[in-house]
Amino acid sequence: MKQSGNILFSGVGGQGILLASELTAYAQLEAGFDVKKSEVHGMAQRGGSVEAHLRYGERIYSPLIEPGTADILVAFEILEAARYLPYLHKDSAVVVNTQKILPPAVAMGKAAYPEDILDELTSRGINVVALDAFAVAREVGELRTANVAMVGAMSNFLSINKQVFLDVIDTRVKEAFRDVNKKAFEAGRKLVYS
Amino acid sequence: MAFDSNDNKLWLSGNEAIALGAWEAGVQVASGYPGTPSTEIMGNLVRYEGVYGEWAPNEKVGLEVAIGASFAGVRALATMKHVGLNVAADPLFTAAYTGVRGGLVVLNADDPQMHSSQNEQDNRNYAFAAKLPMFEPSDPAEAKEMLVQAFNLSEQLDTPVLYRITTRIAHVKGVVNKGERIEVSPGTIEKMPAKFVMLPGNARMRRAEVEKRMTAARELAETLPENRVEDGDRKRGFITSGTPYNYVKEAFPEAAVLKLGMVWPLPEKMIREFAASVDELFIVEELDPFLETHIKAMGIDCHGKDLIPNQGELNSFIVRKSIDPDSVGDLFAPLELPMRPPNMCAGCPHRGIFYGLSRMKDVFVSGDIGCYTLGFLPPLSAMDSCVCMGASVTIAHGMAKALGKEGEGKLVAVLGDSTFMHSGITGLLNTVYNESYATVIILDNRTTAMTGHQNNPASGKNIKGEPANAIDLEQLCKAVGVKRVVVVNPHDIDACRKVLKEEIESTEPSVIISRAPCVLLPEEVKRKKPVYYTNLDNCTGCTACIRLGCPAISWHPITKEEAVERGYKEKQKGYAEITEVQCNGCGQCACLCKFDAITKREAN
Repeated sequence: MKQSGNILFSGVGGQGILLASELTAYAQLEAGFDVKKSEVHGMAQRGGSVEAHLRYGERIYSPLIEPGTADILVAFEILEAARYLPYLHKDSAVVVNTQKILPPAVAMGKAAYPEDILDELTSRGINVVALDAFAVAREVGELRTANVAMVGAMSNFLSINKQVFLDVIDTRVKEAFRDVNKKAFEAGRKLVYS
Repeated sequence: MAFDSNDNKLWLSGNEAIALGAWEAGVQVASGYPGTPSTEIMGNLVRYEGVYGEWAPNEKVGLEVAIGASFAGVRALATMKHVGLNVAADPLFTAAYTGVRGGLVVLNADDPQMHSSQNEQDNRNYAFAAKLPMFEPSDPAEAKEMLVQAFNLSEQLDTPVLYRITTRIAHVKGVVNKGERIEVSPGTIEKMPAKFVMLPGNARMRRAEVEKRMTAARELAETLPENRVEDGDRKRGFITSGTPYNYVKEAFPEAAVLKLGMVWPLPEKMIREFAASVDELFIVEELDPFLETHIKAMGIDCHGKDLIPNQGELNSFIVRKSIDPDSVGDLFAPLELPMRPPNMCAGCPHRGIFYGLSRMKDVFVSGDIGCYTLGFLPPLSAMDSCVCMGASVTIAHGMAKALGKEGEGKLVAVLGDSTFMHSGITGLLNTVYNESYATVIILDNRTTAMTGHQNNPASGKNIKGEPANAIDLEQLCKAVGVKRVVVVNPHDIDACRKVLKEEIESTEPSVIISRAPCVLLPEEVKRKKPVYYTNLDNCTGCTACIRLGCPAISWHPITKEEAVERGYKEKQKGYAEITEVQCNGCGQCACLCKFDAITKREAN
């Protein structure tokens, strides 16, 4: 089992990044790691770029991932995957939701949304797994589980038993949403290798 | 470290840990004003039994409330962000003279990198200037433990204690050990005029006490467990504190470290001994060379800001690179991508006012601190200054006095309801008393939105969301002496433009209250709202709606062929479309569309 690692979550305010990073943190804690996680609040619901840094290991001091050391990037939007390239190394895995949310300059017609931007990552040898998390969420019947589907897909790159994640959902998610979130997790997890 | 959610280990943010620490330390009264990154401390603290907590209208009020509670013999906490301490500096400096009865801790959250602030002042300087002890924890677990120590020291030394955290404590989560609350007793009245009445005769006596106390604190610092040496390789030694300690431990895990938990006053003997024991001494701290300056004043040779940046926040990468530039490898270069700055939400009531102001190019808009500062960004670009809380009103007045007749019809101040309560009201008093004409717009969205929806004196609810007295903004402005007070619905674009024109042109003080609730308030999120959709056939590509900058409306460029195919005029360059799932039904865009291309669909 890998003894330490850095997971970076990125996306746009309101996409459920904080819950996704919380579930992952709890899973790491249950697996016996020390964990630190850093978030930036304030603008989180105002549509700006949002990131959360999660670090786990035997003893973690710094809550911030160094550039060039993110082992996994979980990006909830395509541009927000590309934006974090300097945090990646050649063996990083990127799990990216294929959703496009237009930044203001693009929405106003002042700039173009870059085409094929994920090629910039794959061309550098980075393992990119792109999935439509909304399609997964729609299939399980609750659009708001797209973030948990992303956690499911990401979990393939961790050596934690999937039951640990399911148990975390059982204890940390409101009862009414547990089953649908577990389904989203399983569906997301299967998607990477299907 | 095993994590068992059933035992006493908790997964908490620094702010949650501080709330827990305050409860364990026996705090009975707490007061604060919301400010990122400090806000969640108060919100969490009021959930504990036996603690009275409140949102004060500003930080000066909050600190004075805490001083009052301390004078009544109970432990008290005041919370604020770094710039809030500027507002509270007046009571702070004199509370240093009076000392305390119940322990008093002033929690101050600095924001290196200005994630959510207008400056990145280093408030360790206040400890030096006000002659107060200051603690600085390194992570959430320590933030809880050290707070209990800060309260003990406050009572032991008869002094308020400053407690400095930064964004990377407040909004970092880590494992925290839960403890027990100490036993508390109710407050009592004890008259101690020589200590509490700071007229010159008494103050001169207390001034001498301050020096005695700081001497005692300096001695105590030498043996305080929060100041400790972590042994290691002595070729390089590091003196550090707060979050930078973590970066040193990651960047130079083998090195000897003197970690300071109390950053003022400094343990001079301990520092001298440590400095003498290492070949080369490095001081690693964020922002100002605070430790470095005082350590150099001891005549000790060291590296500090000659290597480490004095701007922005640090991380382990920056610390390593600053000291060993050759040790870091190549990184992937960033890609050129469109930026994604924050934006006012779809349906935000502020947008209606800023749209109106964006059409008045000769008007200088004196802005303020809140979500509405985003009115600065394109396409609205309707803010011309923003300095600090409440300054919109006074800066507009100052400009009016400088410009005289030239400025008539060209000056307006814009601020939110919470900011008006914080420190806009005193400026408005001045505008009336000293007779000027700048119009004040109060964007009353019923909440303190930017920091995450805290109630304020105009909300009609207290910190727990329970009903409370609501200050009536219209009556307040009238009582101050403003004769022209107009209330407008900001979603009604035409009414807004008319009112803006009339009031800004007026040559007497006037107030426009723009009233509509924030769309993110829980009751607004739950409310069934209509949505608007685009009749694409009717869109002429005029971009009138695009100029609102609403995130629910996007522009789709088209070619000549596509235009013809869609039945548009050949020269039409594109069309605008509403993303219905994002629409909050404010209807501002429908007010602007002249071609019947935007239609309302009632809530079902």
